[in-house]
Amino acid sequence: MKVLVPGALRSYTGQSRVDAAGHTLAALFADLECRYPGLRFRVVDEQDRLRPNMRVFVNGRCVRDLGQALRPEDDVAIVLALSGG
Amino acid sequence: MTASPTPLLLMVATRKGAWLFHGDSRHQQWRVDGPHFLGHTISHLVLDPRDGRTLLAAAKTGHLGPTVFRSTDLGRSWKEASQPPAFAKPTNGLPARAVDHTFWLTPGHASEPGSWYAGSSPQGLFRCADGGASWTPLPAVNDDPQFREWMGTAQDGTPDGPKLHSIIVDPRDASHLYFGMSGGGVHESHDAGRSWHTLIEGMQVVEGFDPTTVTFHDPHCLRLCPANPDRLYQQNHCGIYRLDRPGTAWQRIGRAMPADVGDIGFPMVVHPRDPDTAWVFPMDGNDVWPRTSPGGQPAAYVTRDGGGRWERLDHGLPSEQAWWTIKRQAMTVDSTASPALYLGTSSGELWIGHEGGQRWENIARHLPEIYAVEVAALP
Repeated sequence: MKVLVPGALRSYTGQSRVDAAGHTLAALFADLECRYPGLRFRVVDEQDRLRPNMRVFVNGRCVRDLGQALRPEDDVAIVLALSGG
Repeated sequence: MTASPTPLLLMVATRKGAWLFHGDSRHQQWRVDGPHFLGHTISHLVLDPRDGRTLLAAAKTGHLGPTVFRSTDLGRSWKEASQPPAFAKPTNGLPARAVDHTFWLTPGHASEPGSWYAGSSPQGLFRCADGGASWTPLPAVNDDPQFREWMGTAQDGTPDGPKLHSIIVDPRDASHLYFGMSGGGVHESHDAGRSWHTLIEGMQVVEGFDPTTVTFHDPHCLRLCPANPDRLYQQNHCGIYRLDRPGTAWQRIGRAMPADVGDIGFPMVVHPRDPDTAWVFPMDGNDVWPRTSPGGQPAAYVTRDGGGRWERLDHGLPSEQAWWTIKRQAMTVDSTASPALYLGTSSGELWIGHEGGQRWENIARHLPEIYAVEVAALP
């Protein structure tokens, strides 16, 4: 599936849209980590929780549960939330 | 220790990136290299004294999680840690924790090349053995129910999170360690971090609280004297202290400070060769704790007799309306024949105090909020 990556993570991916796979959001981040080492820990903490200032949208809907099921045709966007000055 | 004839490297960590200042050994000319990691919060930037070329930077951003970057060419290129400091999954029924930021970096013992320690917010202690690439948590601190009680909650710590800091490795013994927690006291290990005991005797706490309760203790900065590793100095939330081992009771040497200045502050700096000489940079700790230079008149204070007397050092510093804040890692000293002090302000100014602070001179202005300043002589 296509994953939209924010500018803050492009030092890992080199591009704004990447391909990745996974039956759940957790599996998707595991696949992203294989492709782009280091990316996952910047977004997901060591207790497998999405970090406070990160948002993930699946087909335009905000999702925080990494157990969220995904389909190959889904559109996933990783987005930076507001975090102050 | 002999005087350094070699160039100096000044490492400045800020809320919005890192800067390197390359200086000559006479402290006259500085060449700026930066910003590195523009937009990243860099809590600490430290050179490995064992090889003179490896830099470690503790970083995070407003959005992204914490990490550590490593350079082996003095900052020309950087590589991210493959396994940054991170807590283990919860044990002992304790709540799960995530590292918000790595706050403090300490190179390991000279006999253990590549070893480093890191302190985090919330309080955690981590170690690596491979030059900063992969970090492991120390369970005797991070997952110990007693330590976790002393650490308290996020509300019990400093405004941007409670911190484990001032990790000290005894230069005579790689297994002898100290650290401090804000809050949570001072702790010592003689077995490389497998077991710990507290060192809080003689330290005061805020009036009305019980000084035997470890969690109430807020050491701001601990330093061990290179010329006498049995001597420690401490700037605490409640005064300036000295501890001479094997003694276990801290003495409040800040009582000799001028009463209108007080002995509250954040950094503690020790002389590279004279264990009787140490410096502080007092902050206003009255009423609501402004944490600014008392009276808007910044000054360092030096003791040359282990804390019996203190001398004001403000020549060259602004004499009025300078409401500086100097954070605990933002003041240091070099090891040249006549050591210079360096400090960074939370308003982004970088200063040098020539000849142990006798004459202050500005190096840079308009940097972001300065979190840490370190200096090293390059080989």
